[in-house]
Amino acid sequence: MSFALDILSWILLLAGGAFCLVGALGMLRMPDFYTRVHAASVTDVVGSLAILGGLALQSGASLVTAKLAIIWLLIFFTSPAATHALVKAALERGVAPAGGEAPSKR
Amino acid sequence: MFAAATAALLATLALLLARAVMGPTVFDRLLAANTIGTVAVLLLSTVGFLAGRPDFLDLAIVYGLLNIVGTIAVLKFFRHGSLGE
Repeated sequence: MSFALDILSWILLLAGGAFCLVGALGMLRMPDFYTRVHAASVTDVVGSLAILGGLALQSGASLVTAKLAIIWLLIFFTSPAATHALVKAALERGVAPAGGEAPSKR
Repeated sequence: MFAAATAALLATLALLLARAVMGPTVFDRLLAANTIGTVAVLLLSTVGFLAGRPDFLDLAIVYGLLNIVGTIAVLKFFRHGSLGE
């Protein structure tokens, strides 16, 4: 049972690292700001969930797991809110998407 | 296995740093800074487990809170041109 939990947590940790890496690669390679936001959300949501889940499986039911849950809730609720505010600010400042025109002011 | 996750997170940080330095608009830099904050929290957690000292999680919580406040403050500045009344 403990061995199976170890295997599961290793898989989660490796998958989380891979998702973080893919998200960062997307942020480096995507053509304009709005697509980069899309790539960043991979790191923020999936990567953090997988890595924190893997760590939680290693620590079992304890105070450490509670702290990990707090960190996960923090990231899960605030990162999309910050991203939303960021895109809205960019829209209002008239950042143009690749191959398109800047959105009209409302 | 913690070492592998830590190495992947360090590579992620390097790529994000490149975007923050290159980023054509200020919003690209802000997005990179926000994501660097998230990855720093994850890195602190994994390094704590790697060193066998999960007390590092408290530092990770503080980093997460600071990250939110910083991002929202900068965004408010860019939208309204000032930080409040």
